[in-house]
Amino acid sequence: MQLTGAQALIKSLEQEGVDTIFGLPGGAILPVYDPLIDSSIRHILVRHEQGAGHMAEGYALATGRPGVAMVTSGPGATNIVTPIGNAHMDSTPLVVITGQVATGSIGTDAFQECDITGITMGITKHNFLIQSAQEIPRAVAAAFHLATTGRPGPVLIDVPKDVTQSMMEWWYPVTIDEYDLPGYRPEVPLDDRAVAAAVALINEAERPVLYVGGGTLKSRAAKELLAFAERTAMPVVTTLMARGAFPDSHPQHLGMPGMHGMYSAVTAIQRCDLLISLGARFDDRVTGKIAAFAPDAKIIHVDIDRAEFNKVRQVDVALQSNVAVALTALDAGGAMPRNLDVWWKTIRGWQEAFPLVYDEPASDGLLRPQHVIEAIAAKAAPGTIVAAGVGQHQMWASQFWKFEEPGTWVNSGGAGTMGFGVPAAIGAKVGRPDRTVWCIDGDGCFQMTAQELTTARSEGIPIKVAILNNAYLGMVRQWQEMFYEERYSEVYLSADLPDYVKWAEAMGCVGLRARTLQEMHDAIDQANAINDVPVVIDFRTDAAEKVFPMVASGASNDDIMVHPSQRSAQ
Amino acid sequence: MSPEPFLGDVAHTPVRHHILSVLVENKAGVLARIAGLFARRGFNIYSLAVAPAESHARFSRVTIVVDAESAPLEQIMGQLDKLVNVVEINDLAPVDAVERELLLATIETDVANRTSLLDTLANAGAAIIDVDPGAVTVMLAGTPSACDALERALEEFARVELHRTGRVALPRLGRAATA
Ligand SMILES: Cc1ncc(C[n+]2csc(CCOP(=O)(O)OP(=O)(O)O)c2C)c(N)n1
Ligand SMILES: [Mg+2]
Repeated sequence: MQLTGAQALIKSLEQEGVDTIFGLPGGAILPVYDPLIDSSIRHILVRHEQGAGHMAEGYALATGRPGVAMVTSGPGATNIVTPIGNAHMDSTPLVVITGQVATGSIGTDAFQECDITGITMGITKHNFLIQSAQEIPRAVAAAFHLATTGRPGPVLIDVPKDVTQSMMEWWYPVTIDEYDLPGYRPEVPLDDRAVAAAVALINEAERPVLYVGGGTLKSRAAKELLAFAERTAMPVVTTLMARGAFPDSHPQHLGMPGMHGMYSAVTAIQRCDLLISLGARFDDRVTGKIAAFAPDAKIIHVDIDRAEFNKVRQVDVALQSNVAVALTALDAGGAMPRNLDVWWKTIRGWQEAFPLVYDEPASDGLLRPQHVIEAIAAKAAPGTIVAAGVGQHQMWASQFWKFEEPGTWVNSGGAGTMGFGVPAAIGAKVGRPDRTVWCIDGDGCFQMTAQELTTARSEGIPIKVAILNNAYLGMVRQWQEMFYEERYSEVYLSADLPDYVKWAEAMGCVGLRARTLQEMHDAIDQANAINDVPVVIDFRTDAAEKVFPMVASGASNDDIMVHPSQRSAQ
Repeated sequence: MSPEPFLGDVAHTPVRHHILSVLVENKAGVLARIAGLFARRGFNIYSLAVAPAESHARFSRVTIVVDAESAPLEQIMGQLDKLVNVVEINDLAPVDAVERELLLATIETDVANRTSLLDTLANAGAAIIDVDPGAVTVMLAGTPSACDALERALEEFARVELHRTGRVALPRLGRAATA
């Protein structure tokens, strides 16, 4: 069967089971948009290519399936660089297709030419510049294989215009050998000696902690984690990337560690004698000052990526493995720490002394952002997916929402990309139309990518957006307040400009505003009653609120600052 | 990628230098991927030599002399291994390897220096590969330390140009390379 390269590209995506592409056309990718009309694949036309990338990420984080985005060459390609970098930091499986100028024009500074494979070399797991139409099926199959196996990540396919216009004889690779990836070995057999060494360390431990990272979700290991944790009775912490991997309602869960982590989670790590890292990477936002991190702990590090071992912290046992496989092996090996009653008694003491708190909601005046999140959570359907922007509101969302299952937290961790929230929520809703999707956003973040609500309205994607409008780039304001003597430099945004309600309405969404407790409850109820169009609520929150606990950048986790009301207990 | 010369013979090469013999797919951009990785992770390269691999046109062999102090060798190899086009990495500690390097130099000659230059070349085992009335081009294929020694010896002559290729290496016979 003879096909054009463009037809072959679309047919290859169909072969990979793609149901949705997020994208925006232009000259170099035009040939591919023609056969798309006849395809079963849904295309979602974004208003900015950054939106396409973050939507694909949200789709991937909510479903576990790779997200797909397609854009044109030059500025279309550079506009999607931020989401590619974001997905790279968070190991999110993406396949991004970019148009390119014709092969004969490459290197001539042709109209809308840019070296996108060069630009994204350091922020993709791999990328391809396709040279002939015949290669397209192999590149697509390989791209999906690379994006989703081993440590997942973004893969980019750059397709010159003449390649999509020329003819090829249709074929599709059926075995991995045909992908032509002689240097790619994502899985290695489990090292029995390392398993035995890990079991020996666990069996001696008196103060162990399970340090659960995003790799646990990537490994789909929530079930194995629950079984292992319950059998061994060990305390569990889940990083920002792992929220939902272990139920927040579980009594063994201490919550999130790190810069804005729970006091008990941070301190349990500091005092533990064995830290078992499950798909976590000792990020500086978790470790604080590395030399002072978990000083008494032996380290067992489970990771599919061997380059993570000893990168930041010297490990005692490295287990190169998918987390589910490793936990099963540790179970089979008889891993069982000593009696942990004393350890738990200490931990319970920290939990009682330093729970998560915020000041009482004032009956007049501005809303407490934490209270708004708790109110939304209390009224949310079970299984609601939460996406967030980046800033204070993101930390409060992670702290105050109770996550019970994988795929319910959609967040930008490693890169901290403002503007992630709205498009990621849209992508999540496309992937999980059966679920309610809330975006907890900041006023600063919202202004970066809000135009995608036009996309959501026109495509019929009814997400709900809560803007915690503190009129500030709040997280930066918090740092200036605490570390720059309250010298506020370029952080004020205004609560009223833009008018978020009118803006929402202009984009075909329902816009609501809440200034008082009563308005807050009414607005949430109203939003919950609307299921056909997107809703945006402008919650007026107190700019003076700060995120606690907090470990200052570069400080030891021992110097954690708790909420002012708890300082006397410290 | 500054080709900082090695001092001393192989046995005295500082331990922090390691030789990575890397088999890569012969695809466009592979060198950029390797160079980019070293640059963005802050790993230092002392020298780098590339040529088509022995048996297959599909592969090339890249011999990289790395500074194992800019980052632990394990970290360099782990990150390198993640490049999809990297097929195989052999790590050769200097004591486990036989290494050779090629040096080419053009030297100005006149009646006054000809005899001492010829002596120097003879001592080093270097050959003359090109001549004109005012200059000779000489060549030495030898250990990095032999090349170092010749380079130093040639300092007393007027050098027009001197190039070194960076080393290539194979495991010393009777010793297993660590994969
Ligand atoms: C693209 C980008 N630019 C700048 C930053 C730095 N930054 C981190 S949080 C933040 C403030 C976010 O403001 P807002 O969305 O209003 O959230 P808030 O902290 O007020 O809740 C800024 C500017 C960033 N993370 N991403
Ligand atoms: Mg704000």
